[in-house]
Amino acid sequence: MDRDNDRYRSLTRRTLVLGGLQLGLFGMLGARLYGLQVTDAERYARLAEDNRINIQLIAPARGGIVDRFGRDLADNDQDFRLLMVAEQAGDTSAVLERLSTILPLEDYEVERILSDASSRRSFVPVTVRENLSFEEVAEIEVNAPDLPGLAIDVGQLRRYPHARLTTHVVGYVGAVSESDLTGDPVLALPGFRIGKTGIERQHDLALRGQAGARQVEVNAIGRVIRELSRDEGQPGQDVQLTLDLDLQRFTQERLASEISAAAAVLDVETGEVLALASHPTYDGNLFTSGIDHTNWNRLLNDPHTPLNNKAIAGQYAPGSTFKMSVALAGLETGVIEPDERIYCPGHMELGNHRFHCWRRGGHGSVAMVDALAQSCDVYFYELARRIGIDRIAEFSNRLGLGVTLPLDMPGQRAGLVPTQAWKESIRGEGWLQGETLIAGIGQGYVLSTPLQLAVMTARIANGGRAVEPHLTMRVGGPDMPINNPPAPSLGFSEASLNVVRAGMIAVTSGPGGTARRSQIDEPGFEMAGKTGTSQVRRITAAERAAGITRNQDLPWERRDHALFVGYAPIEAPRYACAVVVEHGGGGSAVAAPIASAILHETQRRAPARPLLQAGDPAPTEDGQGG
Amino acid sequence: MTVNLDSSSFGTRIGTEYRLSLVDKLVRLNWLVVLLVCLLAAVGCAMLYSAGDGDWDPWARRQVIRFAGGLVLMLVIALIDIRFWMRMAYAIYLLSFVLLIGVEVMGQVGMGAQRWINLGFMQLQPSEIMKVATVLALARYFHGPGLEEIGRPTRLIIPLALVLAPTGLVLQQPDLGTALMLLMVAGAIFFVAGVRLWKFAIVIAGGLAAIPVGWQILHDYQRERILTFLDPSRDPLGAGYHITQSTIALGSGGVFGRGFGQGTQSHLNFLPERQTDFIFTMLAEEFGLMGSLTVMGLYALLIAAGIIIGLRSYNQFGRLLAIGLATNIFLYVFINIAMVTGRIPVVGVPMPLVSYGGTAMLTVMIAVGLILSVSVHRDQRISRHALERDT
Repeated sequence: MDRDNDRYRSLTRRTLVLGGLQLGLFGMLGARLYGLQVTDAERYARLAEDNRINIQLIAPARGGIVDRFGRDLADNDQDFRLLMVAEQAGDTSAVLERLSTILPLEDYEVERILSDASSRRSFVPVTVRENLSFEEVAEIEVNAPDLPGLAIDVGQLRRYPHARLTTHVVGYVGAVSESDLTGDPVLALPGFRIGKTGIERQHDLALRGQAGARQVEVNAIGRVIRELSRDEGQPGQDVQLTLDLDLQRFTQERLASEISAAAAVLDVETGEVLALASHPTYDGNLFTSGIDHTNWNRLLNDPHTPLNNKAIAGQYAPGSTFKMSVALAGLETGVIEPDERIYCPGHMELGNHRFHCWRRGGHGSVAMVDALAQSCDVYFYELARRIGIDRIAEFSNRLGLGVTLPLDMPGQRAGLVPTQAWKESIRGEGWLQGETLIAGIGQGYVLSTPLQLAVMTARIANGGRAVEPHLTMRVGGPDMPINNPPAPSLGFSEASLNVVRAGMIAVTSGPGGTARRSQIDEPGFEMAGKTGTSQVRRITAAERAAGITRNQDLPWERRDHALFVGYAPIEAPRYACAVVVEHGGGGSAVAAPIASAILHETQRRAPARPLLQAGDPAPTEDGQGG
Repeated sequence: MTVNLDSSSFGTRIGTEYRLSLVDKLVRLNWLVVLLVCLLAAVGCAMLYSAGDGDWDPWARRQVIRFAGGLVLMLVIALIDIRFWMRMAYAIYLLSFVLLIGVEVMGQVGMGAQRWINLGFMQLQPSEIMKVATVLALARYFHGPGLEEIGRPTRLIIPLALVLAPTGLVLQQPDLGTALMLLMVAGAIFFVAGVRLWKFAIVIAGGLAAIPVGWQILHDYQRERILTFLDPSRDPLGAGYHITQSTIALGSGGVFGRGFGQGTQSHLNFLPERQTDFIFTMLAEEFGLMGSLTVMGLYALLIAAGIIIGLRSYNQFGRLLAIGLATNIFLYVFINIAMVTGRIPVVGVPMPLVSYGGTAMLTVMIAVGLILSVSVHRDQRISRHALERDT
């Protein structure tokens, strides 16, 4: 009995110790729970939110690009894609087999789809085929019950309805490359495209818009459970260009009769670029979903460089089209009077060198208007000698030559009008006076782009105002103000400009004018202009002795460039045009007829007419002047 | 009523004169314990309903049915004479041990490590039953010897064998949690029965010395669990993931919780095993500190009731049985909560009565049934040597 009592006392004592221990351990757990659920509760609540909430971006619809009359140059097409969710499909190979009776699939496609599907989580959609036609979509939808896990998804694909006419201006979009990443998260979206060239690149930010975002709740393996919030974002803004699609078409097609050529048409009052063409061209649509190797190599290796926008990036010796600039410089600096005559015996001696005029027999005694009309080289050798290269450069720069124009498009080249300092710094040699003479007829170091020549012509035609060439009419829709950059006076005297313009009129209308045959024969539409033929090689003394080789007998790449600049109408000039035909031969024979046709067409279409106001009926495809 | 409190019969023989009618027994039943069990089961059922995303299927309905069966079993056990359980203690132990060997052998022969026997309506894990059977056997063993006899080291060989044999088998499975529980509950009984503290010290020292050896025996994934426990950031998306997500779920519950069925961690599957081992986490996420402390309080009451029942029993078998089984329940709860709060490695111990799963619930209800039986038959005096003479 006592023994049991001992035992019981011991047991009671020890049980209390055990119970106390248990209570202590429970207390410890309670403290731990307090720590987790009270002290650190906020931190853990945040971690739990981070766990479950995922933010997904919604790609904004890219803004459209239209011409000055609102015609689509770039828009978004629906891209129907067929996606497969392996989890819903079940037996994926069987589903694909059934699909191939409707939509034939190549073996390699099936392989890719199955490997894509197996490398991703089963609820992640895998692309089966992109760019489905409406018929294919309809066929698949009809058979949907037999095709579990397959779904049509609508994405966006950039489309250029007039790609071959406008691609040099409009440009194209392409996949985002490493160097394009700026931190904008939308760039990381799969399949997102940004502007790579042309206007697409220039106005990429406006066209791109603001990405939307949706907050979704995901579970532990990332499957979306539900959408918590959705912000559609801002679609991209529309960009309206100054181009007239019809004129652009005419220009581009007119150039297509040549091997390689470029042209620009400007409104001399506003600087609006009405047409900007470069031939050969290419189809920008090839680039939107990634160009294939064959096409890329073909474009890249073409000797006529279709990828190059020659209107702004092609640099050519301006030849005689440069003479207006020299003439204006001569008059403005006072080194010559308009009626001062200079005798042209067919050549000019300077030091030991003899500088030839294009007409071997010479022009006799010519004043400025005739010198321009007949493009007398000796007159301009002498004039250039009097002015000096630095002042020629200064006046040329003011007219837009040899400078980077404030053009709202990437890819422009600056051309060149040399100065003594330039040669000193680049070549490390002193300037030779003979080089001034050569520059005086737009040869030697002088280089300019077709756009620069058009700008020069426009600034002469509009009374010496520094219009800026531009392609952007407005960004953000018809309610936005029209882009109208200021055109301050260049400070030339009206008298000087009148003389130069008289020379240009004589080119197309005067006796012995080099472009008489190309004058527009519709009354009121007559143009003034200047031809240019620029050598791409030196004419050797031997050649000259043997009689100059005819251009047609030379290989294409050694023939002269043919140039023409002009404006119209003669009274109250409104349009300026520059045409360069690479290795085309003579300016009067090849370039002038093209420029004439373009300026004629431009005036018939009159793209500078007052624009339709918002709310007016949209113009039809054939336009008002057609 | 034939209650005989005559002290002359105290401790001399099995009191055959001490008989209770069924009505007496029902009156003497500790209804508080029954209520606590039902409350905990109700909490469990609610959590399983939530775990099923607000649906009785797949878990809550089956749990209710099992609980109903378990409740009947618990009450039947409670009403059976304590002396029957004492008489059957070794037999039950032996049967459980045979079953344990059975699954071990089947597991070896068959493919994979099958730890359960399919009873049709549920899958019985012998290792769970073993927890109760070991307590029964130890209580039976320590019923007889007085403190002096327990003091003799030789008297401890048999009870040590009773514990170590199943522990070894369970470790083989390998089921670290159950093995630890067996050792700890046995330790508690040894302690309460009066084994000297220095003997514990020797065993613990020996155990520590054996750690390097034990480390070799452990399976890779068990080692991984221990290492990950020591430093969860080693493998945030792998083995440490469970602990990390569980603490996030617990912490994000805050004081008042995110609301019934609103736990994002649980319902979006960030929380693993939310219906079984991590159900307490889900409860704490959805009901906050209020919920988790309330449930812990219910368990504390249940365990305290078990211990008090033990202390109030007039027979050593009943005392040791009730205290041992209460400790067993404590270990379940403690290990589970310590595990989900990141205090000990993930060892796979369910929350009794709340977690989904048949065997654990059945085991705990059998244990509570036995505690209730001790309570009902608390005044039954049992001779220390009664059974030795009888058998």
